[in-house]
Amino acid sequence: MIRFVVRRAASALGVLVAVSILTFLIFAAIPNGNPALRLAGRTASPQDIAAVTKAYGFNKPIYVQYAKTMQQVFTGQIQSYTQHVTVMSQIKRGLPATVSLAIGATVLWLVVAIILGLAAALRAGSATDTSITVLGFAGISAPSFVVGAILLYLFAFKTHLFPNGGYVGITSGVGTWFHHMVLPWISLAVLYIGIYSQVLRSTVVETLSEDFVRTARAKGLSRRRILTGHVLRTSLIPLVSLWGLDFAGVVGGGAILVETVFNLHGVGQYVQQSVSALDVPPILVTVLFGAIFVVLLSALVDVIYAALDPRIRLAA
Amino acid sequence: MAIETSHPPLLAPIGGEEAAPAGIGPYRLALRRLRRNKTAIAFGALFLIVVILCLLAPVYANDIAHTGPNTNHITEVIKVGGKSRDVVSPDGIPTGPTWGSKFFFGADPSGRDVAVRLLYGGRNSLEIGILATIITIVLATAAGVVAGYFRGWADGLISRTLDLIWAYPAVLLGVALGVNLALGGISVGPLHIKGNSNWIPALVIGVVYVPYIARPIRGQVLGLREREYIDAARTLGAGHLRIMASEILPNLSSTLVVFVALQMAQSIVLEASLSFLGAGVQPPNPSWGTMISEGVSLITAAPHLVLVPGIMLIVAVLSVNVFGEGLRAALDPRATIRANRT
Amino acid sequence: MALLDIDHLRVSFRTEGGTVQAVDDVSFSLEPGEILGIVGESGSGKSVTAMTIMGLTRSPNASFAGRITLTGPDGATTDLLAASNHQLESIRGARVAMIFQDPMTALNPVHRVGDQIAEQIRAHEPVGKRAATARAVDLLRRVGIPRPDERARSFPHEFSGGMRQRVMIAMTLSCSPQVLIADEPTTALDVTIQAQILAEIEDLRAETGVGVLLITHDLGVIAEVADRVAVMYAGRVVEQGDLRTMFTDPLHPYTWGLLGSVPRIDKDRPGRLPTIPGAPPSLQNTPKGCHFAPRCPHRFERCGEVPPLEAADATAPGHLDRCWLALDTKRKVRIVNGTIGLPAASPAGADTAGVR
Repeated sequence: MIRFVVRRAASALGVLVAVSILTFLIFAAIPNGNPALRLAGRTASPQDIAAVTKAYGFNKPIYVQYAKTMQQVFTGQIQSYTQHVTVMSQIKRGLPATVSLAIGATVLWLVVAIILGLAAALRAGSATDTSITVLGFAGISAPSFVVGAILLYLFAFKTHLFPNGGYVGITSGVGTWFHHMVLPWISLAVLYIGIYSQVLRSTVVETLSEDFVRTARAKGLSRRRILTGHVLRTSLIPLVSLWGLDFAGVVGGGAILVETVFNLHGVGQYVQQSVSALDVPPILVTVLFGAIFVVLLSALVDVIYAALDPRIRLAA
Repeated sequence: MAIETSHPPLLAPIGGEEAAPAGIGPYRLALRRLRRNKTAIAFGALFLIVVILCLLAPVYANDIAHTGPNTNHITEVIKVGGKSRDVVSPDGIPTGPTWGSKFFFGADPSGRDVAVRLLYGGRNSLEIGILATIITIVLATAAGVVAGYFRGWADGLISRTLDLIWAYPAVLLGVALGVNLALGGISVGPLHIKGNSNWIPALVIGVVYVPYIARPIRGQVLGLREREYIDAARTLGAGHLRIMASEILPNLSSTLVVFVALQMAQSIVLEASLSFLGAGVQPPNPSWGTMISEGVSLITAAPHLVLVPGIMLIVAVLSVNVFGEGLRAALDPRATIRANRT
Repeated sequence: MALLDIDHLRVSFRTEGGTVQAVDDVSFSLEPGEILGIVGESGSGKSVTAMTIMGLTRSPNASFAGRITLTGPDGATTDLLAASNHQLESIRGARVAMIFQDPMTALNPVHRVGDQIAEQIRAHEPVGKRAATARAVDLLRRVGIPRPDERARSFPHEFSGGMRQRVMIAMTLSCSPQVLIADEPTTALDVTIQAQILAEIEDLRAETGVGVLLITHDLGVIAEVADRVAVMYAGRVVEQGDLRTMFTDPLHPYTWGLLGSVPRIDKDRPGRLPTIPGAPPSLQNTPKGCHFAPRCPHRFERCGEVPPLEAADATAPGHLDRCWLALDTKRKVRIVNGTIGLPAASPAGADTAGVR
């Protein structure tokens, strides 16, 4: 087990270094986007531009620029081109909203998807099963920002049941925070409810026909005990690896769309605003952090996976 | 309830196993199963209708609405049911649907015809979706087959590269690439792609999704290359290219057909998402994503700006998804659902 | 009253292709301390019979008729077909336990084997987790697993096939059942391991007096341990009797075919190993009358009616068969090339000579 963890961590580290290089290259190889022009401001003279180019090291070899950029990223000094603040301070400001969104949504989608997937599997072939499958497909097919916009229209403007976007910190009252987050959570969760309920349905149906479930019945276990101890316990394993990737994706950027629709001022919306302003450093930093989060979480998930499924340990 | 499925037969297998009719290939059989799946056929037809409508965008624009997708009518007045109405009111609110030949789905804040833009936008969205799918499938098949067939260092190199792309959240990588390429376009030798070309988002989306398809294909090829008929081909002196083209690829075809449909849905969604964020189709060109993006701030006063392209987007994606699932079930009735993601 | 009495059991399943009559009027009984072998090929209904006793075939698409009576130590009887699901839960694993064919898949791969045994104990008896685990270790020791306290913490994939089957046996023993159903317990195992597992089952029977229903397609296994044998074909018991009689005086043509197709080292082989011509009928569309008739070289008009399962020889009331042929004819025509078997083609006209 320890050897497995160490090996997994080493490979994650390798991917991280590669990710940082690739991310840097995406932005360094930017055609037509001399950052010096942007940094020096609208009314800059050629001397100003030359000075900025020199000060930021845009004339240095690319590997020097890479090293310098990474140093700035990890010391938190990298600055936005358009606003003269550090990117880190902005990300820190946006983090509570993004984390609230991601955690709430993931709890919602896991709970709902497990209930729906299990219900569909246990009544496979029935009308319940069909309607859950239809719902699942609708969820998979509805982009989160469209769902968000429609929810806003229906529940914030037409009926005033929920606030019209915006983020309120949990410190200003759990109730208000919750009230503001309900619609964003639903918007983000819909897609994953669709995917997870369908995946769980098919794994549960498969598991139900496994020999060990027959053994469990032959042992005289109760129906509930068989479902929780044997069927669900085994069927949830594939969801774990799915979840790791999806949760990291949401935290690391997937929430951009929902944050923008609901004006949550999270990290994602910061990225979106930087995109419109063609402000490169915030995008670079968030893409980098997003990728780092994905790599770390997928390494973590592999370890959890191995802990849940003893057969994996042998293979690793 | 399966009856004694796992017991080895003592004398002869029991009757009752449905034998495939002789002389019918797997594709004919799949087509037969697909034809029986009324839901899948209906949604496939729905998608076809969406495609045809979008292809007819110029006809609609010239002969019915008499305007172009980027033509402003901001100061004009139209007559609806005998009453005059500003296309865009003095406080900037565009008119809603007129359900007539002009401004059928209303206008946008620049006074452009939403219905015309919807169809032209659909052309862009679908074109990008289809191009991106082709790019993904071609690249992923090449990568998956080479990695799975040759194994060794080729596999190591390809797999690590795929891991690298996989490490980025799809939307975020799409945004990073899309923004950069939209700024200056791409120049490869004499070939130059302009920043506002549909090829940019198509390339970005095509590349972002490669690992999601290449990984399963690699896995399948790893299994295929151990089969007896590959050994047989090799014994007959067939070269690597020959084996890959005539022995491996045909065996991947049913997997690829399924991936094409499901990947199309994924690509259309990612296009809309990138355009929504300003990293896809560049204004003033319409696409469903840019239209939603432009309308979202006016959702109170002019909900049609979001609802019209939003519902169209959902209809298109849902129809491809359901048809794709039907296709999958027809080609491979026993496989489990593929997890698709954005 | 026998320990377990199956009385005119019928089981059918509704499927897309029509109704499958998997078990068609099966009756037999099992005494305490007895090993009853049920032999038949795939689709003969032997496993469905076993699973039905356990209530494992219950589903919306299944329908049942007849009675399955389990008699308790106190003489109280329960009809397992009519029992509620809740009642069945308390009987399964506690009074009737089952060993399955494939020990590779019958154990849950994500739970430790000790926990899987303890789980069964705790499902039926009010014992704590620690006490149940301690009993699980004892059971593992009893079925011959070395270092049982250590092995109880292992996962199924860490055991060999034979060891896994021992774990299954330990599990079924955990609540001292009255009836043990073993469904092809040795089929998935190596021949040397097979013998060990069979010996284990025999020991248990001797030790605990449990009645064992041993289901197999392997006549060798039957010959090794069974006291009595029931031969099933296409959902019906076609012949039933004690082990010795079944091998020396088989009275049903299907049994002859089975015996004839077993390779024997004590006899010269007449060229190729004989097989029964044809294939078993589809259970969706069984022939009227005797199910074996279409493959039987000795068939005649009467075989269009269903023969009853009854004793052909009045001096052997325990030896039942389902065949219309007269006893003398049977004893005459079953000899092919000096040994018991079925001729490849029908000896024309020979059959109508003597009818029961």
